[in-house]
Amino acid sequence: MTSLNLLVAVCIAYVVFLFGVAFIAERAAKRGQGGWLRLPMVYTLSLSIYCTAWTFYGAVGYAARSGLEYVTIYLGPSIVMVGWWWVLRKMVRVGRSQRITSVADLISSRFGKSNTLAVMVTLLAVVGTTPYIALQLQSVTLSFATFAAADARAPLSTDPNSNALAVAAGLAVFTVIFGTRNLDANERHHGVVMAIAVEAVVKLFALLAVGIFVVWGLGGGVSATLDRIDASTLGTWQVDGGRWAALIFLSAAAFLTLPRMFQVLVVENENEDHLRTAGWAFPLYVMLMSLFVVPIAVVGLDLMPEGANPDLFVLTVPLSQGQEGLAMLSFLGGFSSATSMVIVASLALATMVSNHVVMPLWLRFSTAGATRSGDVRNVVILSRRVAIAGVLLLGYLYYRMSGGGAALAAIGLISFTGVAQVLPALLGGLFWRGATRFGAMSGLLVGFAIWAYSLFLPSFGPAIMPPGLLESGPWGLGWLRPQALFGIAGLDPLVHAVLWSMLLNATTFFVVSLVTFPSPLERLQGAQMVNVFDHSMSPRSWQGGAAQSEDLLIMAQRILGSAEAQTLFRSEAERQGIKGYLPEPSPEFLQRLERQLSGSVGAATAHAMIGQLVGGMSVSVQDLMAVADETAQMMEYSSRLEAQSQELSRTARQLREANDKLTRLSVQKDAFLSQISHELRTPMTSIRAFSEILRDMELTEEEQNRYASVIHDESLRLTRLLDDLLDLSVLENGQVSLNIRRGNLSVVLDQAVASASAGEGGRRLEIRRDKAQEDQVLASDLDRLAQVFINLIANARKYCDATQPRLTIAVSRREGGVVVDFIDNGSGIPKEAQDLIFEKFSRLGEQKAGGAGLGLAICREIMTRLGGDITYLPGQGGAAFRVRLPAHLALAAQ
Amino acid sequence: MGGEMAKHVMLVEDEPNIIEAIRFILTRDGWRVDTHSDGQTAIDAIGAANPDLVILDVMLPGRSGYEILQELRERPATEGLPVLMLTARGQTKDRETAERIGASRFMTKPFSNAEMLEAVRDLARA
Repeated sequence: MTSLNLLVAVCIAYVVFLFGVAFIAERAAKRGQGGWLRLPMVYTLSLSIYCTAWTFYGAVGYAARSGLEYVTIYLGPSIVMVGWWWVLRKMVRVGRSQRITSVADLISSRFGKSNTLAVMVTLLAVVGTTPYIALQLQSVTLSFATFAAADARAPLSTDPNSNALAVAAGLAVFTVIFGTRNLDANERHHGVVMAIAVEAVVKLFALLAVGIFVVWGLGGGVSATLDRIDASTLGTWQVDGGRWAALIFLSAAAFLTLPRMFQVLVVENENEDHLRTAGWAFPLYVMLMSLFVVPIAVVGLDLMPEGANPDLFVLTVPLSQGQEGLAMLSFLGGFSSATSMVIVASLALATMVSNHVVMPLWLRFSTAGATRSGDVRNVVILSRRVAIAGVLLLGYLYYRMSGGGAALAAIGLISFTGVAQVLPALLGGLFWRGATRFGAMSGLLVGFAIWAYSLFLPSFGPAIMPPGLLESGPWGLGWLRPQALFGIAGLDPLVHAVLWSMLLNATTFFVVSLVTFPSPLERLQGAQMVNVFDHSMSPRSWQGGAAQSEDLLIMAQRILGSAEAQTLFRSEAERQGIKGYLPEPSPEFLQRLERQLSGSVGAATAHAMIGQLVGGMSVSVQDLMAVADETAQMMEYSSRLEAQSQELSRTARQLREANDKLTRLSVQKDAFLSQISHELRTPMTSIRAFSEILRDMELTEEEQNRYASVIHDESLRLTRLLDDLLDLSVLENGQVSLNIRRGNLSVVLDQAVASASAGEGGRRLEIRRDKAQEDQVLASDLDRLAQVFINLIANARKYCDATQPRLTIAVSRREGGVVVDFIDNGSGIPKEAQDLIFEKFSRLGEQKAGGAGLGLAICREIMTRLGGDITYLPGQGGAAFRVRLPAHLALAAQ
Repeated sequence: MGGEMAKHVMLVEDEPNIIEAIRFILTRDGWRVDTHSDGQTAIDAIGAANPDLVILDVMLPGRSGYEILQELRERPATEGLPVLMLTARGQTKDRETAERIGASRFMTKPFSNAEMLEAVRDLARA
C-alpha cells in the first residue's frame, strides 16, 4: 500500500517544482529572455485551466451516471474555439487595445466606464466562482482521503478540513507571490501562466496514463474495451436534446465569461495570432482529455465494488490494482487541475475586487493619501493580496458549509449558469452599438435574480429553500415555483434555469437598451469596441459609413462649441441635400471636419479622435507621438507667450519706473528753477532798488558811496552764482576736462588756505595743520582739489559758530589712499540735515553768508570726477568733512 | 501828511540789502518802518507792533511767509491787516497760493521803487 507520507512528500516536491517553474519563468521574462514563454503552445496549454478537477475526476463520474452527456462540457469550448474564433479575436483585440484587466473591466469600459456595472459583474463572478473553488478544494481533500483510507498505517486523525485549509493557504501564497508582483494587469503573469502550462501537461499525461492502463492493462486492448462499453448501458446514446443544447450553450458561454478563462484568454494573451494555434490545439487537448473517460467509467463500474464513488475512479481504479505509482500520477493530475484553476480564478477575482470595489472605496474615503502615487500602488497591491486570500477563504468556507456532499458536476453547472449571465452584456457590448449601460444592468440583474432563485438557492437544499416553496411557490403562487417559472413545469431544473435566466436576461438587455440613450462616453467606447477591426488602411483619408454623424457632432460640439459645430454640420448636410444637422459622413466631410478640429486641438489629435469614432481604431504609436509633438509645440508656444508677457510686464515696470523718475526729476527741476530764480532775483532786487534810489533821490555823498558799493557787491554775488551754476552744470554733464598734475598735498592746502582767507577780513578763523602729515605726493587735478578745500575752509569760516572759531585739517593714509579731514569747533550740522548738505541750494541756518548753497554740491561732483569722495563725518564735535583721495592718485611720499 | 501820526509799516525780510532799500524808500515817503528778519518770531513781533501794514517775504529762515500769513489771518486781531507779499520765485503758483491764503497784494522781486510805494500807499489807505 502506498504510504501516505510518500504522497505528502511527492505532493510537496511537486509544489516546490511549480514554484521553481514560476520563478524561473518570471525571471526570464524580466530579463527579456523568455521567448519560450511566448510560444503559442504555452498559451494553448494555459487555456486548459478550463479542465478543472471537475473535468479530471468528475467527467468519469458524470459518464458513469449520465453516459455521454459529459461530452457537452468539452463540446461547448471546442465549438467556441473553432466556430466562434471571431468573437474571441474581437475580445482579445478589444482587451489589448483598451488595456482591459478583467471581464468586469471590459463590460464597465464598454458601458461608459460605469463602476456600478463593474461591481455587479464582480459580485456575480465572486458568487459564481466561490462554489467552484470549493469544488476544487473538495476534490483535493477527497483524493487525499482516498489515499489515506488505502494506507492502513495512516493516522486516523487525518482531518479533511485541515487538508483543505492547508491547500487553500498554499494556493493563496503561490498566487500572492506570482500574481501580484506586477501591478499593471497588462503586464502578464509569466510565472503563473508557465506553471499552469506545466500543470496542463501533467494532468493530460496522468489521465492518458490511467486511460492506457485501463484499456490495455485491464480492459484487454481496444476491441475488448469497446465490447465492454457496448455491453454497458453507458454506450447507448441517450440524448436529451434540451439538456444537451443547454449544456453545450452553457459551457460555451462559460468559456467566454468565466473570470479565469477571461484572464488566460484575453489578459494573458501575448499575441492575437496565438488564437490560430489554440483554435486547433485546444479542441485537440480536450479531445485527448475526454478520450478515455468512458473506458475508465465502464471498467471502473465493472471492477469497483457497488457504491464506490465514480468521481474518484481515476484514482481508485489504479489503487485497487496495486498501481501505486500510477495512482500517485493520477493524484498529481487531479491536484494540478484543482490548483491551476484556483490560482487563476483567485487572481482574476482579486483583480476585479481590487479594481472595482476596494480602490473606488479607498479613493473616495482617503482624500489625503490619494495624491501620492506610491501610496496608491501600495494600496492596490495590498488590496489584491487581501482579495486573493479573501477569495480563497470564501471558497474554503463554502466548502465547509456545503459539507462536500453534492456531486461535483452539479456545483460546476450551477456556477456556469451564474457566470453565463454576463454573456448578453458582453456580446451585446462587443457587437451592438445600441447597447446601453441601463440595458446591461437590467439584463444582469434579471438574469442573476432568476439564476439565484431557480438554481443557486435551491442547490443549498432545504436549509435555504424550504420544500414548500419548491412545491407550491411563494404565497402559493404556482407560477412562481422556483423550478417551474411561469407554469413551465417538467423541465430539467438546469435547463429550466438556463432557459429562463438567459431568455429574460437577453430580452431585458435588448429592450432597455432600445429605450435608453447612451452617454457620450458610452458612445465613444461603443464605437471603439464594436468597430475595433475597421481600422482604416489609408491613414489620411476616411472611408465613411461606420461613423455615426451624431457621434461626430457631439464630439465636434465639445471642441468647437455648439454654434460653430452645428453650422458646420448643417452646411454640409445642405450641400448633400439632407435636412437637419446630420450629413452623411462622407470621406470629404470627414476630412473637412478633421481640418476644422485640428485648428483647435492639433492635427494628430483631431485625426486620432475622428479615427476613434469612424474606425474604432486604436491610437497608433505614431499617432500618439504626433499628439505628443503637438502638445509639446503648444507648450513651447505657450511658454514663449508667457516669456513675452513677462518681458512686456518687465518693460511696463521699467517704463513706469522711468516715468516715476522723470516725474521726480521734473519736480526737482521745477524746484531747482525756482531756487535759481530766487537766488538771482534776490541780488537783482537790491541792485534795482539801489540804482533807482541813486537815480531818483537826493543823497548825501556818503549814502551814494554806500549804495554804489551795495550794488557792486550784489553784482559780484550774481556773477559768483552764475559761475557756480555753470561749473556745476559742466561737472554734472561730465564735460569737464581734468588737468592731472603731480604735486604735494601740503602745497595745495597752502593755496587753499590763502585763497579762502582773502577778502574775508571780518571773521577770524584759526586753522590748525600738521605739515608733516601733509607731505603726500599726489597725481590729480590739483586746481579742482584746491577748489574743494577752499569751499570747505570758506564754509567753516562762514558757519562755524564758536566764539573762537577753529578749523583742524588732519591728513592720514587709509586703505592705500589719502584722507583729508576738515573739523571745526562749532556746533556742527544737525543729524537730519547731514544727508541734505550735499544737495544743491541746501543752505542751512539763517546766516546770509552770500552763498547760494551750491558749494558742497560742486565739491561732491569734483570728488566724484577725481575718483574719490567727500562725506560728512558725524560725531566729531563740530562740522567735519572727510575728503578721500583714491589709492592710485596718492603716490608714495618721496 | 499834516499832523497825522506817521503810518507804521512792519517789514519781514531776511536780506539785509533789500531791508535797507525798502526802509530807505518808505522812510523818505514818511512811513515809520520796523523790520524783523526771523520767520519763527515774526507773528509775535507783528502782534506787539500792531502796524498799519505788513510787508512779508515768502522765503524766510525758520518759517515761510505763507505760514505766517495763514496764522495772521486766523487771528481776530490781524484778520484784516493789509499784507503785501514779496517773493523772488516768481512762479504763477506762488501768486495763487498767496491769494488763496489771503495776501492783500503780491509782488515779484525785483520791483521798482515806485511800484512798491504805490502798493504800500494803496493798502494803507484802504
